[in-house]
Amino acid sequence: MAAPTMDRTTSAAPAAVQTLTIAKALNNGLRASMEANPKVIVMGEDVGKLGGVFRITDGLQKDFGEQRVLDTPLAESGIIGTAVGLAIRGYRPVCEIQFDGFIFPGFDQIVSQVAKLHFRTQGRLKVPMVIRVPFGGGIGAVEHHSESPESYFAHTAGLKVVACSNPADAYWMIQQAIDCDDPVLFFEPKRRYYEKGEVDTTAAPGPLFASRTLRTGRDVTLVTYGPMVRTSLEAAAAAEEEGRSLEVVDLRSLSPLDLAPVYESVRRTGRLVVVTEAPSESSISSEIAAKVQQECFYSLQAPVLRVTGFDTPYPPSKLEEEFLPDLDRVLHAVDRSLAW
Amino acid sequence: MSSPEKWTHPGPDAAPATAAKPTAEQVIAGLRATDEGGADLVQLLTPEGERVQHPDFDIDITAEELRGLYRDMVLVRRVDREANALQRKGELGIWVPLLGQEAAQIGAGRAMRPEDMAFPSYREHGIAWTRGVKPTDLLGIFRGTDNGTWDPVETRFHPYTIVIGNQVLNATGYAMGQKFDGKVGDADGEATICFFGDGATSQGDVHEGFVWAAVYDAPLVFFCQNNQWAISEPTERQSRLPLYQRARGYGFPGIRVDGNDVLATLAVTRWALEECRQGNGPILIEAFTYRMDAHTTSDDPSRYRLSDELELWKLKDPIERVKVHLVKQQWADQAFFESVEAEAEQIAIELRDYCVNLPDPPAGRIFSEVYAEGNHVLEAQRDEFLAYHAGFAGGEH
Repeated sequence: MAAPTMDRTTSAAPAAVQTLTIAKALNNGLRASMEANPKVIVMGEDVGKLGGVFRITDGLQKDFGEQRVLDTPLAESGIIGTAVGLAIRGYRPVCEIQFDGFIFPGFDQIVSQVAKLHFRTQGRLKVPMVIRVPFGGGIGAVEHHSESPESYFAHTAGLKVVACSNPADAYWMIQQAIDCDDPVLFFEPKRRYYEKGEVDTTAAPGPLFASRTLRTGRDVTLVTYGPMVRTSLEAAAAAEEEGRSLEVVDLRSLSPLDLAPVYESVRRTGRLVVVTEAPSESSISSEIAAKVQQECFYSLQAPVLRVTGFDTPYPPSKLEEEFLPDLDRVLHAVDRSLAW
Repeated sequence: MSSPEKWTHPGPDAAPATAAKPTAEQVIAGLRATDEGGADLVQLLTPEGERVQHPDFDIDITAEELRGLYRDMVLVRRVDREANALQRKGELGIWVPLLGQEAAQIGAGRAMRPEDMAFPSYREHGIAWTRGVKPTDLLGIFRGTDNGTWDPVETRFHPYTIVIGNQVLNATGYAMGQKFDGKVGDADGEATICFFGDGATSQGDVHEGFVWAAVYDAPLVFFCQNNQWAISEPTERQSRLPLYQRARGYGFPGIRVDGNDVLATLAVTRWALEECRQGNGPILIEAFTYRMDAHTTSDDPSRYRLSDELELWKLKDPIERVKVHLVKQQWADQAFFESVEAEAEQIAIELRDYCVNLPDPPAGRIFSEVYAEGNHVLEAQRDEFLAYHAGFAGGEH
């Protein structure tokens, strides 16, 4: 680790435990990183005066100045490509991509330069940068504003990919991603931005690239991440009323995958349902299914089932509820698994 | 309201992307008029070896300095020809010749200060030379033993970038960092220079680099080597306008220099870098030159251009004009030229020996340095492969 970090207690508000939205937790996390390390800079479209279209960077330019919070020209390849140069120069850029569906003009830079420079130079150049991406649907938006492109990046060697699902993780994971010497794609569940939770700004966070079991259970394991974590927890609560005990694992890290807790869980339950908003073909859910059948072959009582977005373009918003996995679809898959 | 005529497209008299519009005879002959850079071309040494004056740019050059530039160009050409031959012998998978572009690169490279930073494309063997990159360190990429051997931090010469135009944005960000670091605005300032070709000017990343560098006043010299050909496509396929004129639309100066004239290239680049260090960047330089060999050793130029065109450009050879000038001025004698030739031959021998003895990377190298902080999934994959590989040790693999 190159950057100074863990001593963040000085920047904490008077109360160590606060109730924050994911949006505010991200904002506080960014602020803490910027206070701890003057090389951390934030760059993106409308991130300065406006504070970002979701207000994640609200107030940062006012406090840190225009040289550390850059309202950039409207060009995603430019955001990523110049961040590479800044990272080589010694900065730790945090890029905001305004919406998931706008990342593709920057895809070339991400895959060709961000991901490969460390390998190309055999470690002589590090590219410590974070690319923040509000992702997923459920907000009634027009096309290109509701996508889940994380599998593209998890498929690319040289990148690390994480997704937060709650305010505490949002607060800590963004700081840990900034501290990481590898480039990190940081996916934020945009439809959960304004959901609240407790954040303890003094508690030492666990490792960034690790999954976490949020609910223990005996009958079926649910593995999920990002916006589907809440959906899965609600499904588990509903199932409990029917006498079924579901375990819920939040992956948090999509690359590298930390599946040890999943294997351990599946060896106990014998059943796995993977829940993602992203389409299923050649995806993170495919990878989990492949690895679990390899590692837990003799423990499985049923095939690994997946509840995902469909393999269509993201639909017009009047149809998105059909596209998005919900509590009923998760429970339906749980029923199928148990009935196998 | 202006008259509608004002907004019509430029007529046939407007300057085309190359210099002069081909005459009917030239078109019939299949010959493009690429050998004239046009009225704005900055030239200080003619193809005949005559020093000429330019109203805006001049250079004081000593005999020793000019001999040094000559030596640079001869040695770099020898490295290039030897590497090309090594590919023909099967010792390199591919080579990207710089033949004909020696003056553009030596002039630009020698204009840099040690603390400046350079971002090359993949034909910048001459720039590499001026940054102190050993010629042998160019071989790994093309033999396939690595993706870049030199240390970009120590040499301040970024790795070769193969995706066309990507490095322009990376250079722009780096130059922004120089500015944020307070390294711009005085004589001790820093600047960045970024190299790309005529083909790259069509890439979005180059456009975005121009936009970003302009709005952030980045200390960046965009150095476009217009060698007239992007593999098989002539510059007219990239632009209706001469490339240097594009800068105006972005709000910074654009200058076309005779890329086969090492003095002009040196003078203009030196000026441009100094402007950038002082905070007056960015600046675009179009070095008007010619790719005398193929795009790469896999290319066959006879399919798309006439050898007559090459013959015309041979008359503008970047090295020959300096030699003529050195002789005319009595700045160099036969012994000097022979010593440079001998040095070139020695470098070629070393290059050959180094190349054929370059070992293949060890098993497991694939997995090395993919990440700065490791990745347990990849490490498990590596261990599995190494165990598999070890199973063949001493066997019949």
